[in-house]
Amino acid sequence: MSTVAANAPGAAGGGLSDVAASEASLRRFLHGLPGVDAVGLEARAASLGTRSIKTTAKAFAIDLAISMIDLTTLEGADTVGKVRALCAKGKHPDPSDPSAPRVAAICVYPDMVATAKEALAGTGIQVASVATAFPAGRAALPVKLADTADAVAAGADEIDMVIDRGAFLSGRYLDVFNEITAVKQACVRPDGSSAHLKVIFETGELQTYDNVRRASWLAMLAGADFIKTSTGKVTVNATPPVTLLMLEAVRDFKAATGVQVGVKPAGGIKTTKDAMKYLVMVNETLGDDWLTPHWFRFGASSLLNDLLMQRQKLSTGRYSGPDYVTVD
Amino acid sequence: MSDVIRLDVMKTYKLFVGGKFPRSESGRVYEVSDSKGQWLANAPLGTRKDTRDAVLAARAAVKGWAGTTAYNRGQVLYRVAEMLQGRREQFAAEVAAAEGLGAKKAAALVDQAIDRWVWYAGWTDKVAQIAGAANPVAGPYFNLSLPEPTGVVGIVAPQTGYGHSFLGLVSVIAPAIATGNTVVVAAAADAPLPALSLGEVLATSDVPGGVVNIISGRTADLAPTLASHQDVNALDLTGAIAAEGPGAAAVLEAAAADTLKRVLRPAVDPSAQDWTSAPGTDRLLSFLETKTVWHPMGQ
Repeated sequence: MSTVAANAPGAAGGGLSDVAASEASLRRFLHGLPGVDAVGLEARAASLGTRSIKTTAKAFAIDLAISMIDLTTLEGADTVGKVRALCAKGKHPDPSDPSAPRVAAICVYPDMVATAKEALAGTGIQVASVATAFPAGRAALPVKLADTADAVAAGADEIDMVIDRGAFLSGRYLDVFNEITAVKQACVRPDGSSAHLKVIFETGELQTYDNVRRASWLAMLAGADFIKTSTGKVTVNATPPVTLLMLEAVRDFKAATGVQVGVKPAGGIKTTKDAMKYLVMVNETLGDDWLTPHWFRFGASSLLNDLLMQRQKLSTGRYSGPDYVTVD
Repeated sequence: MSDVIRLDVMKTYKLFVGGKFPRSESGRVYEVSDSKGQWLANAPLGTRKDTRDAVLAARAAVKGWAGTTAYNRGQVLYRVAEMLQGRREQFAAEVAAAEGLGAKKAAALVDQAIDRWVWYAGWTDKVAQIAGAANPVAGPYFNLSLPEPTGVVGIVAPQTGYGHSFLGLVSVIAPAIATGNTVVVAAAADAPLPALSLGEVLATSDVPGGVVNIISGRTADLAPTLASHQDVNALDLTGAIAAEGPGAAAVLEAAAADTLKRVLRPAVDPSAQDWTSAPGTDRLLSFLETKTVWHPMGQ
């Protein structure tokens, strides 16, 4: 299954630094990545989805999945009260069971960062903010950078940026690369530390698996801390094959450069079963190193309730229902 | 070519969940035999997980089904009777095999089941008249009590009594859905074939998927899952005839009490039950909640 970019320039020596020296060299590198075997990829993803995980392993997986959630609210109708409620839920997902773990982060629009930060003070839960004219990414670079800087100044621990799909699809890879590096600069705080940068590809708009692989490498070369599938705002969001492909890209990138990058599938992951399929994929593709909230996240909102209902089923022995979790 | 032997095409009986026909999640089946012990067919051996999936489907269907007008629900149920009419021979054969009856008696039971379905279809827009009221109050207000469906009803289908396999089944499903509930039915363990075939009729008669879900399997597996499930609102224990064990009515009722379910107890002597006798409105009124609203009276 290894798709290590063995024939890609620089892969052997780790000399990837000059890949982005020019538009031509970047294109040569990205188009030199091996093509994706779509049938094989989908078959592999499907076969990893058939594992049966029961009892103690299931309990472990459920708690791990809860601790990996970026609990998200990205609606035009978001209010301060709704964000506070979501933060309260992130702190104590199951009020009837204090042993339920906390979520990894709360993901909001930039104007809600301060609210979330205040509500989560002292909990260790991160505040993630989308930025760069999310979800379309259709704004001038200075606007995107101001958007990012604003979120960072408000206290965001993590920034979820969207790439310019128009530029990517028309082959202007260097523009995309420069935009990511510029946003990464904007993530730097006055004290020199830096907000984590997650780069969203919106894989549902990238058309082909080859493009997903190229986008993954492009973002990782540009310094992304995390690569993320989708915004959750289009019809096709995270799918197992796309996520598997990104996991493989992350694995190959580490092999080539030694740099570890995280992965975040987002959108459309609604059930415990879905979440466990993703955890199996991570474990089989990347291993234990990535099986922590530090390196793997779920961008989700309704997933948490299903995980909690399954958790209640495991502890009480009877099936729970939506009356026993919060309405978000 | 006159001596060509033709092999019958055997039917694979499947569960009916959410308007679809899945096999059991366990992949297992069990043998169903007629009243003389002759093998009839393999029925899917439903599990707790199948039941859970069925409850999910039933819950998802509540909003749409309870929200349709009573008049429209009546039309849909009448359509079911129309579809049943077209398949009466098949049901008569299944009932005859399940209960060990002659063809004539079985056909009469099926006809009666179809008539009963029509009878309940007629009740959909009339039940509010007998279960609701305009209450007299000391003030210038309209005070109206209106029946509303309870929600998801778990039904343990009748296992005994004359006509239980189909007429009895219709007599427990039709009243529950006529008032806007959705149901998960644990089919009679010994006679599941008419129930599974009923699913095929419902799938082709405008009843939205998930309103009726039918699971075959051991009652002692299915009924406790329904009784303890926190997203089931009511429990019809008509077929809970086991004297003891997890499928016994008292045990199920105790499990249901944990979540404050409305429970309909089985008959005192279930085996003496005659499903051909007039049903009355009891079952129709069993799975209703009353909502009372006040409204100022205009001048």
